[in-house]
Amino acid sequence: MNILTTLWLALRALWRNKVRSMLTMLGIIIGIGAVIAMVAAGQGAQESVKQVFAGLGTNVLMVSNGSAPNFGPSGGAGSKLSLTWDDLAALSTEVSSIKYVAPALQTRTQLASEDNNWNSQVIGTTGTWFKIRNWKAAQGVVLDEDTGSSAAKVVVIGKTVATQLFGQASPIGQNVRINGQPFEVVGVLESKGQGPMGDYDDTLIIPVKTYQQKLEKGLAKYIKGQFLITMADGATAEKTMAAVTSLLRDRHKLGISDEDDFRIRNPAEFAKAQQDSTDRISTLLALVAAASLFVGGIGVMNIMLVSVIERTREIGIRMAVGAKPGNIMTQFLVESLVLSALGGLLGLGLGALFAKWMASYFGWPLFFPVKTAAIAVGVAGGVGVVFGLYPAIRASQLDPITALRYES
Amino acid sequence: MSVDATPPLLELRAVERTYVMGDNIVRALRGVDLIINKGESVALMGTSGSGKSTLMNILGCLDQPTKGTYLINGRPANGLSRSELADVRGKMIGFVFQSFNLLSRTSALENVEMPLMYQGVSTRERRKRAMAALQRVGLTGREDHHPSQLSGGQQQRVAIARALITNAPVIMADEPTGNLDSKTSHDVMGILQGLVAEGKTVVLVTHEADIAAYAARVVTLRDGQIIDDHTQVPVPTEAA
Ligand SMILES: Nc1ncnc2c1ncn2[C@@H]1O[C@H](COP(=O)(O)OP(=O)(O)OP(=O)(O)O)[C@@H](O)[C@H]1O
Ligand SMILES: [Mg+2]
Repeated sequence: MNILTTLWLALRALWRNKVRSMLTMLGIIIGIGAVIAMVAAGQGAQESVKQVFAGLGTNVLMVSNGSAPNFGPSGGAGSKLSLTWDDLAALSTEVSSIKYVAPALQTRTQLASEDNNWNSQVIGTTGTWFKIRNWKAAQGVVLDEDTGSSAAKVVVIGKTVATQLFGQASPIGQNVRINGQPFEVVGVLESKGQGPMGDYDDTLIIPVKTYQQKLEKGLAKYIKGQFLITMADGATAEKTMAAVTSLLRDRHKLGISDEDDFRIRNPAEFAKAQQDSTDRISTLLALVAAASLFVGGIGVMNIMLVSVIERTREIGIRMAVGAKPGNIMTQFLVESLVLSALGGLLGLGLGALFAKWMASYFGWPLFFPVKTAAIAVGVAGGVGVVFGLYPAIRASQLDPITALRYES
Repeated sequence: MSVDATPPLLELRAVERTYVMGDNIVRALRGVDLIINKGESVALMGTSGSGKSTLMNILGCLDQPTKGTYLINGRPANGLSRSELADVRGKMIGFVFQSFNLLSRTSALENVEMPLMYQGVSTRERRKRAMAALQRVGLTGREDHHPSQLSGGQQQRVAIARALITNAPVIMADEPTGNLDSKTSHDVMGILQGLVAEGKTVVLVTHEADIAAYAARVVTLRDGQIIDDHTQVPVPTEAA
């Protein structure tokens, strides 16, 4: 029998029992909805973790003043200043598992070009910082070891700052006033896009000495910011953190019972924590999905069995006029397949809505997993086939005479 | 063994049909020999429970003999698979039942074209042939009516149209007039007689002598055996 005819028969049979079909589909709808939401959530979270790494660089540790357990973009907010320039030098020379270390001082400040004003985050650091962040210039150059350690009034700006201050014109060689002081733009950074904490490109970087002279009260013993560290290849975060801790405790002359007066953070751990929590959500949704697909499948089987009994006489009639057992089986199988696949499609819509809600709630990028969607509808159809098989076989095994005599 | 060039259309040899229900064994047919040739009209008669329906079901390939041989055009039909039997039914036999057996909530046209779906006939061709078959039984204009919107006689005509549509050479009718009043019964018999005139073979089960009178041959059963088999001059159709 022709496929279109079979489909048409199935749709008509389902349409005759609209409410029943709808209720039967519910399990499948929820199951597939959960699958889509789960995968969208997983991908969204993964992407946001990826963005954290893209922004911070890999294998990175951050050391900041004080012991306040804060984790924000404005590092160095620690209550008591304890990190010194000598600490920085000691870290770079004495800890073998450290590949790079750079200071990072930052503040929000007012900017101006000839024509425009803007407000952005200024970072004072050395040339090493660009290696840690793995950030290159799109135009011009970034700070190197020389310019980074000098007190030159040069600045490397992010794409957003470039656009805000100079529009389409090339910023290289132009002046930016930071806090009223003129700086020469030597480079524009490659775009890193949006991160979980805002626009990575809305920033500008100047040499750390210049930063202290122009934006702080002048050179000081303590660093009002944080250290960014890239660990050596093969070094573990645990060992490196232990080494940094013991070095700094030693240098700060902390007694055995004193608390650390600095704080080391591992962004990978933060990312991992986030990953773990989305993994938990995903596992939960996977369970919901599996359970409702199973329950949905049982529902489909139940309704198809009822349908076979209700339509016993129809089956007898069809057999009498020449329907083979295979034709009858196909008819019922296609019916449960269509029922489940329709449920799958509706579930897709529901899942997409839920994914959208989660993305905006957790601040993830929104993903609609097209491949998973296709697989999910396939799975729904598969559920229909698997759970529809038994009723379909029962229908096809009916004896034509008994079926024809059946009184409903 | 017959040495005739063309074997009979339908041939039963020593056919038995036994139903086993627990300890109870019902011998519905006990050794039936019957030959039906192309173009015959045969009425099966007999008391209730004599085995008429059982015999017709075997002839129509809805059922199989417990013992004995059934040949269609000389080829054995016993031992065929369910699928093969369905194929034989679809191509060789059109059924008309006492209770019409139309699909409810389905139009007359769709009821009539249904057998063709199982023969892979295209939608357009099905439509065309179903229209023609409905016209043949005088139901033009009722194509879209559902069975519940048709009288008993009209429903039985739809059923006859459905039996005709495959151009099956044999029509099996089990008490086709059992649920119809006398006037409608004679209309339906007129249509069936018209089919015989066209060369089709019609086998019908009936209790009523005036219905059996339309057939050229009457076979009478009792307790699962043929006790009488005679030919007669069928009554002429009144204005069919
Ligand atoms: N499926 C079955 N299971 C058990 N016994 C059956 C079955 N079908 C028929 N019989 C028995 O076989 C015998 C013949 O039945 P059949 O239906 O052929 O009679 P019939 O001549 O058609 O009767 P009626 O005129 O009442 O329709 C009866 O005794 C009946 O009870
Ligand atoms: Mg009977």
